Amino acid sequence: MSQSIEITPQLVAEHGLKPDEYERILKLIGRAPSITELGIFSAMWNEHCSYKSSRLHLRKLPTKAPWVIQGPGENAGVIDIGDGQACVFKMESHNHPSFIEPYQGAATGVGGILRDVFTMGARPIACLNLLRFGAPEHAKTRHLVSGVVAGIGGYGNSFGVPTVGGSVNFHTRYDGNILVNAMAVGLAKSDEIFYAKATGIGRPIVYLGSKTGRDGIHGATMASASFEADAEEKRPTVQVGDPFSEKLLLEACLEIMAKGCVIAIQDMGAAGLTSSAVEMGAKGGLGIELDLDHVPCREEGMSAYEMMLSESQERMLMVLDPAKEKEAEAIFVKWGLDFAVIGKTTDTKRFVIKHKGKIEADLPIMELGDEAPLYDRPHVPTPKKPVIEAASVKPPKSNADALVHLIGTPDLCSKRWVWEQYDHLILGNSVQQPGGDAGVVRIGDGPKGLAMTTDVSQRYCEADPVEGGKQAVAEAWRNLTATGALPLALTDNLNFGNPEKPEYMGQIVGCLEGIGDAARSLDFPIVSGNVSLYNETQGRGILPTPSIGGVGVIADVTQSASVAFKKAGQQIILIGETKGWLGQSVYLRDVCGREEGAPPPVDLVAERRNGDFVRALITARRVDAVHDLSDGGLAVALAEMAMAGKVGAKITIDLGAQPHAILFGEDQARYLLSASADEAGKIVADAKASGVPVAIIGTTGGDALELPGEKPVAITALETAHEGWLPAYMAGQA
Amino acid sequence: MKAVVVLFPGSNREGDAVRALEMATGKKPQIVWHAETELPAGTDLVLLPGGFSYGDYLRCGAIAGRAAIMDAVRAHAARGGLVLGICNGFQILCEGGLLPGVLMRNKDLRFICKMQHLRVECADTVFTRAYTKNQIIKVAIAHGEGNYEADDETIKRLEGDGRVAFRYCDDKGVVGGLANPNGSTNDIAGIYSDKRNVLGMMPHPENLIDPLVGGIDGAGLFKSLVAA
Repeated sequence: MSQSIEITPQLVAEHGLKPDEYERILKLIGRAPSITELGIFSAMWNEHCSYKSSRLHLRKLPTKAPWVIQGPGENAGVIDIGDGQACVFKMESHNHPSFIEPYQGAATGVGGILRDVFTMGARPIACLNLLRFGAPEHAKTRHLVSGVVAGIGGYGNSFGVPTVGGSVNFHTRYDGNILVNAMAVGLAKSDEIFYAKATGIGRPIVYLGSKTGRDGIHGATMASASFEADAEEKRPTVQVGDPFSEKLLLEACLEIMAKGCVIAIQDMGAAGLTSSAVEMGAKGGLGIELDLDHVPCREEGMSAYEMMLSESQERMLMVLDPAKEKEAEAIFVKWGLDFAVIGKTTDTKRFVIKHKGKIEADLPIMELGDEAPLYDRPHVPTPKKPVIEAASVKPPKSNADALVHLIGTPDLCSKRWVWEQYDHLILGNSVQQPGGDAGVVRIGDGPKGLAMTTDVSQRYCEADPVEGGKQAVAEAWRNLTATGALPLALTDNLNFGNPEKPEYMGQIVGCLEGIGDAARSLDFPIVSGNVSLYNETQGRGILPTPSIGGVGVIADVTQSASVAFKKAGQQIILIGETKGWLGQSVYLRDVCGREEGAPPPVDLVAERRNGDFVRALITARRVDAVHDLSDGGLAVALAEMAMAGKVGAKITIDLGAQPHAILFGEDQARYLLSASADEAGKIVADAKASGVPVAIIGTTGGDALELPGEKPVAITALETAHEGWLPAYMAGQA
Repeated sequence: MKAVVVLFPGSNREGDAVRALEMATGKKPQIVWHAETELPAGTDLVLLPGGFSYGDYLRCGAIAGRAAIMDAVRAHAARGGLVLGICNGFQILCEGGLLPGVLMRNKDLRFICKMQHLRVECADTVFTRAYTKNQIIKVAIAHGEGNYEADDETIKRLEGDGRVAFRYCDDKGVVGGLANPNGSTNDIAGIYSDKRNVLGMMPHPENLIDPLVGGIDGAGLFKSLVAA
């Protein structure tokens, strides 16, 4: 063993390892580790790779269903969508790098998640994202929005996959720690999925893709620590993305997979060569021996330590069928990519690293993963907040004016400025583009399609993690349902603060409980995910933000529904019960300036019943516009439907004693539909027969939205308010 | 009509182009790898698709314009053969000397993807004969460098010779102002070579061939070619 550097307590601490964790290492290997070995442990045992704080609670999530081919634990989740096709998808965070260097941080986040998907043998067909920025007035926010959006576009546009959906919110609790969660969705044949598990002894381990440099060393460790004020000094640990290389890597990988050359494959993501090699060996119960002299390097004089911890992008590790090594190499040479045999599988279950004739590491491979620390961190439940009675919430002078104000706020305004920088049309299958309830992408020439969405209401999670967790899943499920899709599975990206603080750990435990409940009730299992903890700056955590990415299938995309009112004279139907829940609503926050109260409760039985009813109507082509109700409630949903279709509406119901609660309340499990007068009558009868709350609330038509007792608001005025804020803000004028 | 689509490393809208050509001609066009030195025998139309050839880390299209296959494409054009460059393909045609001028970064320095109206400036070419002169069509744009610039002399010649193929406009056909998405000189969205057998354009007609996905205003261009 090469022992050039003495392992001091300070060095151990710099590797993010606690003293008791270091003791564990000493016990495990029976000697002091070499510096390379210490680096390997720090990479494998940090929060990002080991899930040491969350594993215990993640196990409680439902991950199985008859249509789930692969649940959590692989590069991405895989579900069966019929006809021999599989959908492969996952969401992942790149929060800390994006705060430090927004363009490259966000770009490499997209690159990483695309690689996770095509590593499984799938061709990516769509991307989505979920972004959370600090308060608009914070000095850095504009710069971060600009860089992150350009980075996501810069990578996805060049790689050549449409970005079809996303979510962008602002809140001061993200001032020092933004969230950049990227999701990718791919398509594969259900019997041609590729896994990380290595098989066979003495088989070549091949390094593919870009060369290794010193970028990103300790990226995963950085992702597992809180930010202090010196975040910018960490810039050298942010990797640089090269979408061109990734596009070549995609084509080359899919080509050698199709030729049957690949036995196991793993992308080099967080913790690079270390985690990919260990993963392949440990899953297959094999040893791995690497000779770093053969690793293609971008820089001279890289040490074993640096090579093992580099997070250079666009790299893959594969176990090849020895008989097809030459064939595989020819394909990679054609695409101009590096191809090098850097090691072999062994029967020793040891992870052996050689460099310049010396052994730099010799570790038990199974234990590197299995013996990672597992913590049952102390957690305290978030105290319940009082229910806020609608009568105690001040009504606005004018509900129409309040609506115009709300649709122009940072959270509810149009995000056109963002998604017009993403190529959302490439591949020619984007049936529904950003701005609706969910992206809808046709599969090939159809008629089948996939609906996909990202969502979470972090203010609900902050107020009540359990209800908030439920709501995030329910809303994703509702978004998919509103397009006519049958929701099949979800991926989650759990963004939280420091798990070593019981109140933040309590948020994690609570949200996971809610997510699990909702996923079970809605038959919407979790098939992949990512955990991002320590999202805090100078001691203050972000709002708990368990992002949910949902995928559903539509048998025939020509029958999918969109939010736009299609024509005048249609009846507007409200599905679901409206009590006027204003606690934690955007009305309460953005009109009254109060972030207070309990969030709306989620009745999962009602969600299921109402959603299944709406989906059946869409499939039978009985409705021509569908929108789910969420932030801003009924009034905001009506405005969005009117703007999308450029068709107005007149609402004629009696709003009772608290009109603002009915218009802006955020009760769950609700949808708005439009249908012909004939059909509307039948829908009401059918809903009543199915126990679904239903009401006809008005009629479409004209060029304005008219709420009861209010002056009509022209659609053009709605649009001006809705489209105005973000471009003005980004130009420094708002 | 025998069409081929050239594939450069980093091309990414080749599939969209193949789909549009197949829909119009009834047969799948052949893909030609950038490192080839000859076009397949009997090639009528060469299509250079959209994308980010070689990553476009240098000037867009600068490396692809010098790829091995481009000598064959230049010879094909010199013989009067048809060449269509879309988006990155247009940039490659300019860099490869087949069309004058250059595509600069969009005026607001951001990539832009949206539906965009165009005015068909002439309907008497093999590329546009299925349209009518001054017809307003809706197609997609998706580019970061679509701002067409050339010296005054060249612009004057292009305008004088009727070589402007399409102009950006609003849904009523009015050009200029906010209807110009990228700052292009004279709202130019596409131009012809002097013999009008080479067309370069920034917008994507190949993405507007299906009523379910945005509309069918792009199909006319491919229909025009089939009649050739």
